Amino acid sequence: MTSAEEASRPFAGLSDVSIPDIPVEGDISLPVASSARDDEFSTLDEPVKETILRDLRAVANKFVHVLYPKRSSVLLRDWDLWGPLLLCVTLALLLQGGAADSNDQGGPQFAEVFVIIWFGSIIITLNSKLLGGTLSFFQSLCVLGYCIMPLTVAMVVCRIVLYTASGKVSFAVRLVVVTASFGWSTFASTAFLADSQPSNRRGLVVYPVFLFYFVIGWMILTFSP
Amino acid sequence: CEHFLFPYIQLDFEEAANLMDANRDVVTISIGDEDLKAKRQGPAGGFPPDVADDDPLGSDDKTELLAGQKKSAPFWTFEYYQAFFDVETHHVKERIIGSMLPWPGKNFIQVYLRKNPDLYGPFWICTTLVFACAISGNISTFLHKFGSSGYKYTPEFQKVTIAATAIFTYAWLVPLGLWGFLLWRNNKILNLVSYSFMEIICVYGYSLSVYIPAVVLWIIQVEWLRWCFMVVALCVSGSVLVTTFWPAVRDDNPRVTIAVIAIILLHYPAILIFFCMSLPVCFWETNAADGIKLVFFGETLVNGNCDHAC
Repeated sequence: MTSAEEASRPFAGLSDVSIPDIPVEGDISLPVASSARDDEFSTLDEPVKETILRDLRAVANKFVHVLYPKRSSVLLRDWDLWGPLLLCVTLALLLQGGAADSNDQGGPQFAEVFVIIWFGSIIITLNSKLLGGTLSFFQSLCVLGYCIMPLTVAMVVCRIVLYTASGKVSFAVRLVVVTASFGWSTFASTAFLADSQPSNRRGLVVYPVFLFYFVIGWMILTFSP
Repeated sequence: CEHFLFPYIQLDFEEAANLMDANRDVVTISIGDEDLKAKRQGPAGGFPPDVADDDPLGSDDKTELLAGQKKSAPFWTFEYYQAFFDVETHHVKERIIGSMLPWPGKNFIQVYLRKNPDLYGPFWICTTLVFACAISGNISTFLHKFGSSGYKYTPEFQKVTIAATAIFTYAWLVPLGLWGFLLWRNNKILNLVSYSFMEIICVYGYSLSVYIPAVVLWIIQVEWLRWCFMVVALCVSGSVLVTTFWPAVRDDNPRVTIAVIAIILLHYPAILIFFCMSLPVCFWETNAADGIKLVFFGETLVNGNCDHAC
């Protein structure tokens, strides 16, 4: 065969080799890291205390981030709804025991507080998604729920003030405390939510959050035992 | 007409062309009929000569057709509703200010909405109004009964539910009724100006925004001042609605025109009475006869005795 013909046929040099004659050797092994990765995700073997403490530590970590709000993504990355549930139940329980024993026109019922907080959060989340926000549904719920924490603290302070004093002084103190915590809540949630919106719609997203915390602050301020 | 293989298709296009020819001079008169033109030319879009003949608004028709095409997501998807939130902060601010300061020539829909109705404004204005009513009613009850003995402050949360039901029902049902009515009259008299359902909801929602300061100022315990604020809010809101809907009904039978304008203006006192009943100058236990007295004279019944409210 001429060299041109040989060049024109690819693999021409192999035409006289039969494949079964060539032994293939080697070994196949899994990379070492995969077994360690399996151990990380399998939490079946750890003690229950460890599981609960891990979640509690995550919740406490997020509380700290709400107390000192700076633009971090911890709340957004690992969202969870335990914290909001805890805060919502605490707030609803604290808002009980008002004038509830006299007539039914007393304070808000447990269900009313629950519905206002969760339904309000869902509506605000839908609103920010419809306006083109980049946060996911549950990330938004997580942020809004965690930022109720200053208002829950204000509720505790208000109850203490109502037990010790009464009249105009207590009202003034409660007003200051509730206003400060309402401002803190709005500021904290804006710090987390504002980055996910285009800048020309930031006001449209912040206003419902403002209204939401204002209504919760109003419920706290008007609580009278 | 072009020649088609199937004679019945050719006949349908002939009928459409005849309809277009008959209405061509009607279509080009007013500037408010852009979306009507787009609707008419939608099904007959295969006639390039006709589109080019309507010269003054020819390019607007093309943009109308293109703009109409972008909102074609089916109504069960999220994107369909995202199209109604396509506003920016300054748009919403302008629309609210425009609804509070009506001007005789400025039609709210044409000047501010400009084919971009949004649902953000109406929804959040209604929500704010609900909470403003409830809170202001609470405060005014508290201030009114502050000195009297035996009074125990109770935040009355039923008012939120009742106010929410009433306001949201008003904000959706009245535009629906008006839109249906305008649609019916359009079929009868071939009107020039037609508004879409979303635009009517938008106008009604934004026109409620002037009530928010009026309701907040209801806290002031001076009776005539309260009524003064409410009447001013009534006038502003009513004039926004009248300037908006006047072009749509002015070419109708005069009796129908007057009836529509009267209904737009007069259903407001019904709303006003609702506000008076819900913002407590009165207790909830009073019966109907006392209710009328309370609305118009602002008296309250405390332990069966009549006290004036201020």
